[in-house]
Amino acid sequence: MENTVVSYFFQFDCVKDFLARMSESLGFNVIPLFVVAVFLLAILVVIGGLALVGGAGTLAERKISADMQLRYGPNRVGPYGLLQFLADGVKMFLKEDVIPTDADKFLYLVAPVLCIVGVFGTFAVIPFSDGFAITDLNVGVFYLFGISSLVGVGVFLGGYASNSKWSLLGGLRGASQIVSYEIPVTLSALSIVLLAGGLSFGTIIGAQSNLLEQYSWGHGLPWNWFIFHNPFTIVGFFIFFIGALAEANRAPFDLPEAESELVSGYHTEYSGMRYAFFALAEYIEIFVVCGTAVALFLGGYNVPFKIGGDGIVGQLLQAGVFIGKTFAMYYVVIWVRWTLPRLRVDQLMTLCWKYLTPISLFNLIGCAVWMYLFNGKSFLQLFF
Amino acid sequence: MNVDIFGVYFPIVLLIVIGFLFVAVTLLVTKVVRPNRPTPLKQQIYDCGENPVGKAWSAFNVRFYIVGLIFIIFDIESALMFPVVSVFKKMQEMGNGGLILIEILIFLLVLIFGIAYCWRRGDLDWVKSYHVNKK
Repeated sequence: MENTVVSYFFQFDCVKDFLARMSESLGFNVIPLFVVAVFLLAILVVIGGLALVGGAGTLAERKISADMQLRYGPNRVGPYGLLQFLADGVKMFLKEDVIPTDADKFLYLVAPVLCIVGVFGTFAVIPFSDGFAITDLNVGVFYLFGISSLVGVGVFLGGYASNSKWSLLGGLRGASQIVSYEIPVTLSALSIVLLAGGLSFGTIIGAQSNLLEQYSWGHGLPWNWFIFHNPFTIVGFFIFFIGALAEANRAPFDLPEAESELVSGYHTEYSGMRYAFFALAEYIEIFVVCGTAVALFLGGYNVPFKIGGDGIVGQLLQAGVFIGKTFAMYYVVIWVRWTLPRLRVDQLMTLCWKYLTPISLFNLIGCAVWMYLFNGKSFLQLFF
Repeated sequence: MNVDIFGVYFPIVLLIVIGFLFVAVTLLVTKVVRPNRPTPLKQQIYDCGENPVGKAWSAFNVRFYIVGLIFIIFDIESALMFPVVSVFKKMQEMGNGGLILIEILIFLLVLIFGIAYCWRRGDLDWVKSYHVNKK
């Protein structure tokens, strides 16, 4: 069976004993109850953490941009303005929800829900550590790409249902951009799947733990990561990152909501909490794409030198390493936004179809040939 | 004793249900606390402060359609590539790597031919030039 957070806790004898004694004294089998309770707890922790990440993302964006432009940024609410996102959240709660009379009401109401549920759904397979992933599906990567497509549907429906010209343009751009950039992203993920030999995140990250068997101290160090596996994967990482930026609608690819030309793009007509859902989904999706990049290319949750072992401490350290790497990537994403100007629509499509897609096709062939010629050995393994 | 009683996809269903609940509860709470004073003017579509002219639901450019078509071809291709690619390592260890490599190459060559054809026809150009058709 797959590794889940439940099966991780169930491997401890004390948990097994406790459950057996509880079943005996209560007179019925408590294991189903235990399974549901642990999953519920894990999911609530993840969703709570996500709402926090989304909120803190908006704050981080403003603070970092202020830092880059020699401003102070928000500094009134709380120490150093750290509680700004709570104030913004409360404001969103108290805002009137204006629904345009001409809008397609059902689709208008459904679109933000699709966006946020699509983003939440991806977190079932995000590997925080080898025990604490909610579930480690054997089709993990495939599931992730499938469910994150819901966000594209939400963006397009939101733009279409508003019946506003700005929204329609933004939604159409969003749809064409998200579907186009899904191709290079999927193709570069395929080359990693090819090298790891499995679709589950556990297999992929396990393959990056220690490549040189004779030097066991090298566990989790950067040379084991797939980005340094062979020349094709280095290129693949950058293609993945560029495509992921475009899929998350981030600058320099933020055409669907280009505020200087389309007012606010696909969410022009949204207000109050429904607008907040779109914004939250955007900031959480950055976390998802950064986490995926970390899991596929940057070694995932492998702790250097295997500090902490396999116990609870080790698991927490693994989660810390994974989240730390993801936040580092998050910083790069914000950095890119405040550095590069926005592309034009035709430049965007040219970049995707005439550069990234052919390069990633070539990459995939390159990885397949490398796998065949060198038996899947990494660049490093060929020399040591 | 076995903890795998609800099947593999149970946590995913649970996660999505709770995601919906999160959205529903938040919307219910905001419904209680937020003001609700609609006026016809407020509920108009934003059209730069003017009265909106016509509807937005009109015909839009066909280039979105072509991008959609190319996307479907490539998306199906990547969906079909997933199983082949994930067994490559195992087959390589069994000594059948060449077979899979040839399969991948044939499959990708068809696609490369496809994208080259689209490129030559000018379907990948966002601003399509009509000079190609004239000559």
